[in-house]
Amino acid sequence: MAAAPAPFLDFDHVSKRFGTTLAVDNVSLSIARGAFVALVGASGSGKSTLLKTANRLIEPDAGRVLIDGTDVAAGPAPLLRRRIGYVFQGVGLFAHRTIAENIAMVPLISGDGRPSHARIGELLDLVDLPHEIGSRYPDELSGGQRQRVGIARALAGDSHLLLMDEPFGALDPITRASLGERVRALHDELGLTTVMVTHDMAEALLLASRVLVMEAGRIVADETPAALLAGAGGETAQTLVAVPLEQARRLGGSA
Amino acid sequence: MSDLVTALLGLGPQLAEHVLLSAAAVALGLVLALPLALWAARSRSVARVALGFASLVQTIPALALLALFFPVLLAARSVFGEGLPTLGFLPAWLALGLYALLPILRNAVTALTHVDAEALEAADGIGMTRWQRLRHVEAPLAAPYVMAGIRTASVWTIGAATLATTIGQPSLGDPIFAGLQTQNWALVLAGCIASAALALVADALLGLVERGIATRRMRLAWIGGALALLGLAAAGVAQVRPGGEAGRDTVTIGAKSFSEQYILARAIGMLLEDAGYRVDYRDGLGSAVVHEAVASSAIDLSIDYTGTLWANELKRTDNPGRQAMYDEIEAWEQRTSGAKVLGRLGFENAYGLAMTQPRASRDGIVTIGDLAGVASGMTVGGDPEWFERPEWRAVTQAYGLRFAAQRTFAPTFMYNALKSGDADVISAYTSDGRIAADNLVILEDPLEALPSYDAILLVSPRLAKDRKLAAALAPLIGAIDVETMREANLMVDRENDKRSVDEAARWLLDELGLRNGG
Repeated sequence: MAAAPAPFLDFDHVSKRFGTTLAVDNVSLSIARGAFVALVGASGSGKSTLLKTANRLIEPDAGRVLIDGTDVAAGPAPLLRRRIGYVFQGVGLFAHRTIAENIAMVPLISGDGRPSHARIGELLDLVDLPHEIGSRYPDELSGGQRQRVGIARALAGDSHLLLMDEPFGALDPITRASLGERVRALHDELGLTTVMVTHDMAEALLLASRVLVMEAGRIVADETPAALLAGAGGETAQTLVAVPLEQARRLGGSA
Repeated sequence: MSDLVTALLGLGPQLAEHVLLSAAAVALGLVLALPLALWAARSRSVARVALGFASLVQTIPALALLALFFPVLLAARSVFGEGLPTLGFLPAWLALGLYALLPILRNAVTALTHVDAEALEAADGIGMTRWQRLRHVEAPLAAPYVMAGIRTASVWTIGAATLATTIGQPSLGDPIFAGLQTQNWALVLAGCIASAALALVADALLGLVERGIATRRMRLAWIGGALALLGLAAAGVAQVRPGGEAGRDTVTIGAKSFSEQYILARAIGMLLEDAGYRVDYRDGLGSAVVHEAVASSAIDLSIDYTGTLWANELKRTDNPGRQAMYDEIEAWEQRTSGAKVLGRLGFENAYGLAMTQPRASRDGIVTIGDLAGVASGMTVGGDPEWFERPEWRAVTQAYGLRFAAQRTFAPTFMYNALKSGDADVISAYTSDGRIAADNLVILEDPLEALPSYDAILLVSPRLAKDRKLAAALAPLIGAIDVETMREANLMVDRENDKRSVDEAARWLLDELGLRNGG
C-alpha cells in the first residue's frame, strides 16, 4: 500500500447531543479509501451515532462529514444514501416483497428501473445465496439468510462505501463467523471502504484493518489489530481486548 | 311466510339505494380518513384531535346525527344557494360518511404508527424519499389493517343506513319503519333480513380482499374487489331508470312515521295521480323534519296538526281556541316561508289522556280532573315527544296531576303498554283506530288544557300557487271525520285482518266517494 492513501471519509469536529447526553463529542477522523474500519465500544459509547452521521440517518449538531471531499449535507439525503450501502442488525427487509424485489428496491427508487434477472443473480451470488431464494418472502428465510439479503441489497446500488451497524449482532456464532468472513472477502473483491460498528472486539480484531475504540462520545484508541494485540491503545481498549484473549487462553488451557 | 317473501321481493329499489348510499358513505369516510391518518401518524397531537373527533361523532346516536344534518344543510343554503338539497341523499351521505370515519381512521393510524420500525430504518437507509417510503413500505404494510377498518366501517354503515329513511332517503329502513308503525312484522323482518344479508355479503367480499392483501394472494383480493364492484354496478344500473323518471312536475309527498300519515299520503298521491301528476313519497320522516322540509320545498305536501305547529314552530304556549289557532298558523306560514295551508281535513288528531274502559269505570274516572286523587299510584306512558311538550306541562298544572312514574314508548308500543298494564294512562292520539279497537276512553278535558290538533294540508312554497293541485285536493278539505280516520287507521294497525297502507288509502277514498272506477 502507498504511504499516504487518499482520505475518503472525513469526520470534521462532529458532535451530537441527545437531551443532556453528549453522544458524539467533537470527533475528527479520516478514513482512507479501501480501509475496513471497526468502531468498537460499550453500549452508549456513541459508535452507532457517529456511523449514522455519515449517511445522515442522524444529523450532527456541529461539525461536518465529507465523502470524497464533498459535504454529505450538500444535497438531498435520499440521493446520498442511495450511494452508500447500509446494513444494520435488524436487517429491515420489506415483508410484503420477495427477496428479489427487496434487492431490486435501490435501483428501482433511484429511477434506474428494475434490475435484470442476471443482476439479481449476481448479487445473490455475492452473498452465497441460491438463485431460487429470489422468489421467496423474507419470513421464509433464516436470520443468517436474511442478513445476507440485507448485504446484497446494500450492494445493489454499486456503493463503494459500506456502513454496517452491528450487522451480525443477532446471529448465532457459526453464521456470524462465516458471514463475517464473507463480508471481509467482498470488501476486498469489490474494493469497498467499510465502517463496521460492533461491540465484539474479537470480531473487530479478526475482520478490520483499523480498530477505533469509543468511550463517552470520544475516540480513545485508533490502532491496527496487531498493535492492539501487542498492548497498545490504552486502558479502555485493552480492557476490551482482554476479554477474547482471556477466553482464548482458558479454552487453550482446557484443551 | 308468504307475506315475508312478498315483502322481500319488493325491496329491489330500496336495496339498490341502500347499496349505493352505503358505498358512497364508506368512500367518503375513506377519502377523509386516509389523509387524516397520514397526518396523524406523523403528529401525536393531530392523532389525538382526529381520533377524538371521530370517537365523538361515533357517540352521537346515528339517528340524531342524520337528523342534525338537516338544519346544518339548511344553514349551508346561505352559502351554497337554495338548490342545496336538505333531505334525502346528501344529508344521509354526509352523516354516514362521518360515521364511517372512525373505524377506518383508527385502523389506519394504528397501522401506520406500528409499521415495523426496522423496515422504516431500511427504507430511509437505502435512500427512499418520504413519498417513496409511504408508497413502497408504509402503505402496503398498513393496507391489510386499513382494509379491516373499511370492512368494519362497511358493516356499521350498512346497519346505520337503515336510519336514512327518517331524513327522506329511501333505504332498507323503509320497510322497517313502515312495518314498525303499522305492526306489520313481515315488513320489519324483511327490512332487517335484507340489510343483515347485505352486511354479511359486504363483510365476506371485503374480507376476501383483506385476506388477499394480507397473505399476498392478489388474485383473491381482485376476486373480492371485482364482485363488490359488480354488486355496486348492478345497484347503479337499477337506479338509473327510476332516477330518469323523476321529472320537474313530480309532487313529493312527505309522511311522518305513523299509520295515519302513511294512509293520507297515499290517498293524496292517488288523487294527484288521477289528476295527472307524477308522485314521489318521502315516508317515515322525523316529525321535526317534516315542517322544515315542506317550508323549504324539499317536499311539496305534508299533513300536519295545528297544535304541533303551534308549539313547535310558532313556539306558542297559550291556547286561543281552535279557529284562532288555525287562522294564525295560516297567516304565519304565508308570512314566514310562503307555504300554503290548503285547509283542514276535518278531523283532529289531538293528544288525549286515555285509559282502558274497564279500569276507568272501576275507578270512576271520566275527566282528567278525576285522576288527581289517584295519579300518585299510576304510571303514565307517552310517546317520545310527549313529556317534553307544553301540553304535558299544561295538563299536569291545570289538574294538579302527580304520577308515580313516567315511561316513554314508541307510539305502537304505548297502546300495548296500556293493555299489558305497563302503563295506567297514556297520551293517546284521538284519531287512533286503536281507541275503539282496544276499548279505550279518552278522558274529558273540561279545563281545555289540551289544545286542538286539526289535521291540515300544507303545500310547499314551490307549489303554493298551483291552482290545479289545489283543485285536485279540494275534495279532501273538511271531508274526513274522526270516525272515518280511526277506521282507516285501524285497518293497518290491527293485528288480525291487517290491510296494507294502499288498501286503507283506497278504502278511505271510496268512503269519501272520491274514486272513479275500479
